[in-house]
Amino acid sequence: MAVAPAPAETVALEGGSLPPGRLAGVRRVARRNPLLAVGASMCLVIVVLAVLAPVIAPFPDDAGSATHALETLESPSAAHPFGTDQVGRDVLSRVLYGARISPLIALLVLVIACAVGLPLGIAAGYFGGWVDDVIMRVTDVFLAFPALLLALAFAAVMRPSITNTVIAIAVTWWPWYARIVRGQAASVAARPYIESARAMGIPHRRILLRHVLPNSITPVIVQVSLDVGGVILTASALSFLGLGAQDPTPDWGLMVSQGQAFFTTHWWLVTFPGAAILFTAVAFNLLGDGLRDVLDPRRVLTR
Amino acid sequence: MNGEPTPAPRPGATSAEPKLAVRDLRIAFGARRVVDIERVDVGAGEIVGLAGESGSGKSMTALAVLCLASTLGASVDGSIRLAGEELVGAPESRMRSIRGGRIAMIFQSPVSALDPLLRVGDLFERALRLHGASRREAPERTAAALREVLLSPDLLSRHPHELSGGQAQRVAIAMALALRSELLVADEPTSALDVTVQAEILDLLRRLREDAGMSVLFISHDLAVMAELCDRIAVMERGRVVEVGPTARVLARPGHDYTRRLVAAVPKIGAGTAPR
Repeated sequence: MAVAPAPAETVALEGGSLPPGRLAGVRRVARRNPLLAVGASMCLVIVVLAVLAPVIAPFPDDAGSATHALETLESPSAAHPFGTDQVGRDVLSRVLYGARISPLIALLVLVIACAVGLPLGIAAGYFGGWVDDVIMRVTDVFLAFPALLLALAFAAVMRPSITNTVIAIAVTWWPWYARIVRGQAASVAARPYIESARAMGIPHRRILLRHVLPNSITPVIVQVSLDVGGVILTASALSFLGLGAQDPTPDWGLMVSQGQAFFTTHWWLVTFPGAAILFTAVAFNLLGDGLRDVLDPRRVLTR
Repeated sequence: MNGEPTPAPRPGATSAEPKLAVRDLRIAFGARRVVDIERVDVGAGEIVGLAGESGSGKSMTALAVLCLASTLGASVDGSIRLAGEELVGAPESRMRSIRGGRIAMIFQSPVSALDPLLRVGDLFERALRLHGASRREAPERTAAALREVLLSPDLLSRHPHELSGGQAQRVAIAMALALRSELLVADEPTSALDVTVQAEILDLLRRLREDAGMSVLFISHDLAVMAELCDRIAVMERGRVVEVGPTARVLARPGHDYTRRLVAAVPKIGAGTAPR
């Protein structure tokens, strides 16, 4: 699960014409753009933990269907640094394995939402007229329902599974991106460099992909990075209602919602998976902020 | 319009057919007609000015020459011929190769006419590759064009916001050179520049005509600038060409009342003939 572009790749994004050695490049980005460096590092941590979960988790079986009737709801100790849950499973192990699920759900939802929403929004904004009308009315229909309710409806008609959770949430998520990018694309389409691109004989499709999209993408990147936490929580709401990930699955959102019942007396059930969600959300926010700066040549300069 | 004879072709001319021949051009938005031009010619290597105040249809005419007026929802009819080839109603694929290839356009705000996310070098690379230059050929033609407009090759690694207005306009002109365009449509190319830079760009356009034999359709509201640059001037008022003629004659002895008023509005032009 490729969560974060490794820092070395962001150097390529900056397009430095001379390759000054990978490490030097990373250092240069870190100095010029600390947000990006921190965000990327945090994402990297998540990826590493997800990959190494079987190795570093003290009780790998607890991520599955194992139960330990004699060790339920133990508070954090040396043996169970994050405590144990209501059926005696090690919370640390489950949080570590959760790094393989929750961020992946978020990423898949956001990738699908972007893949559907961005092309539609860009086309609506650039072409205007009836294309705009048709696309935006369809978006309005989706936006007319409360997002969670719509996701519930879609999840309810499908078999509860992680894949179906992803589909159900993505269906409610794309209209927001279509709408954000449409407004941006409409304003970009009216700028002189787009007219100039047309006067260069560049075909519409290429103008859309290479000129309108890159110039409209910034607010979407910011929004996507802010939405990572939101998607994880929405997915957990579906799980909570029995329509998403099912119990043995160590989904962070599911763990938080199951732990709620015990929160006042056994704080660790909610706190650690909650902190993992928070960490992931912050990681992506910083990454998004940093990316925005890198993608805009004017900002890179003023930093 | 008033039967002014086309001047003898300049040395760059190869055929009797003018480089650009506009006949009975009518552009309308729905029922509202914004341009109605009977005849405008641009000979090979000739610089023709299209003068008029804002809203007179100059820029619409420029867009029509590139067959882009329809993208704004306008209906175009009549005839626009580029070296004999009819452009009105030409298939879009054909027009795409003509735009940027045989006809280049430069704009009023040179910096904002360049995509802010691309380096100047990328702009050249993409434009040249789009119009059929090979990977090896593109850098050579770019370098030659930059030399022609007296820009340093260092500029290739800059983003548009790192260019001055004059540099950006030179880049746009260099692009036309690199693409070996035959006709340059210049829509108020100097209006956003300060006077000294303006003079440099005009000088550059003149040299372009001399050295590359490029024809120029120069659109402006500024008669003082046109007096310096253009061989002939067509004056537009509310979509119609009310007067065409050699620059000196039009400015010294305007044949139409509207031209007279335009000339009178410009300080120190027309050798004091401005009537009241």
